[in-house]
Amino acid sequence: MPFDRSAMAARVAQDIPEGWFVNLGIGMPTMVADHIPPEREVIFHSENGILGMGPAPAADAVDPWLINAGKQPVTLVPGASLFHHADSFAIIRGGHLDLCVLGAFEVAANGDIANWATSENDSAPAVGGAMDLTAGARRLWVLMEHTTKDGKPKLVEACSYPLTAAGVVSRVYTNLAVLDVVKGRGFVLVEAAPGVGVEEIRARTAAPVALPG
Amino acid sequence: MIDKIKRDMAEAMAGIADGATVLLGGFGSVGQPDALIEGLIEQGAKDLTVVANNAGTGRTGLARLMELGRVRKIVCSYPRSAGSVVFEELYRAGKIELEIVPQGTLAERIRAAGAGIPAFFTPTAAGTRLGQGKEAREFQGRLCVMETALFADVALIEAWQADRWGNLTYRGSGRNFNPIMATAAKLTIAQAQHILPLGGIAPDAVITPGVFVDRVIQVDRGAPWA
Repeated sequence: MPFDRSAMAARVAQDIPEGWFVNLGIGMPTMVADHIPPEREVIFHSENGILGMGPAPAADAVDPWLINAGKQPVTLVPGASLFHHADSFAIIRGGHLDLCVLGAFEVAANGDIANWATSENDSAPAVGGAMDLTAGARRLWVLMEHTTKDGKPKLVEACSYPLTAAGVVSRVYTNLAVLDVVKGRGFVLVEAAPGVGVEEIRARTAAPVALPG
Repeated sequence: MIDKIKRDMAEAMAGIADGATVLLGGFGSVGQPDALIEGLIEQGAKDLTVVANNAGTGRTGLARLMELGRVRKIVCSYPRSAGSVVFEELYRAGKIELEIVPQGTLAERIRAAGAGIPAFFTPTAAGTRLGQGKEAREFQGRLCVMETALFADVALIEAWQADRWGNLTYRGSGRNFNPIMATAAKLTIAQAQHILPLGGIAPDAVITPGVFVDRVIQVDRGAPWA
């Protein structure tokens, strides 16, 4: 049985050790934080100037002065800090984030990622912080469905959508598998979802999938 | 006696010229200088270049300024937020120019302007469509593109506390672009929720030193949303 969305987020969380500074992208990556056990200190960053971001507040405890990059209300954990946008992106671009987890339209076997514009003709796409995060974080992991809703592979030989950054993805978590992106080897299977076979993963991937070793 | 506090909005907004480049603080509605944007609408300057993270939502504030045809060009990282209807309409009709800039590059171009750095190289956007046409060089084995400082005529920002010298503090995630925008404009105008007597903000607590601020107006904005 493939991983569901919650299991996918939990699988990413399992690989994040204590002490890492982590930025989670909008959408499914945000769910990763909910699967970090409370006793494991992982420090979450938000582009709009927060380190030590906590979970969403209860409806009656919302602080309207405190939102995340997705413009949703958030909380601060003890030890949190606030700073301006240039410092926030110095944290990102300066290589001070251990990890960024983003969604993507496509990831290529050479680590290219496309996750900001759906077409070359889209003249007003919204890039936000995606290009800074992909260029700046020390590790970039992608969390996404293995294929589109129509069954089209999202792990590909070369991205067809405009690139967000070239050669930066080191790992991909999908509903079917966990795969490393290895220079010179492409996608290497780390783990298949329970009950999912290598042949199914290969059939749904538009690039070779190597086995570990 | 130095007194940057202005008592009425017309006085606070005086002198903004047609064709000005205007920085607007805020991320989402937090730290957004709503009252100053209304003041700018009243003030009447047109043919503006607006620099902000987003391209306005709904039909008020920045969206209203655009709908009135006063914005020639917008420089932002994320023009398509939920509810960016006015921008969408104007953009489709070819009535507004767009320069899309990665968020961190936008912040750094503003910071660089305030710090007297005319240009810098960054790996962000290298090898992508947004890096095309820019001077590219390799540093430490990494391809980078040259980005130029974003100098402005006016910055409109929101602060939490201010004093008559223009020292400012911010609240929560309301800091965002405000402190860097304060440094990058010839004329920086801040709306602040609270005015304290000089010395009322502890020197250790000042985030934006008054040197970067020209005018302050007190505005009871209340919660930025909800």
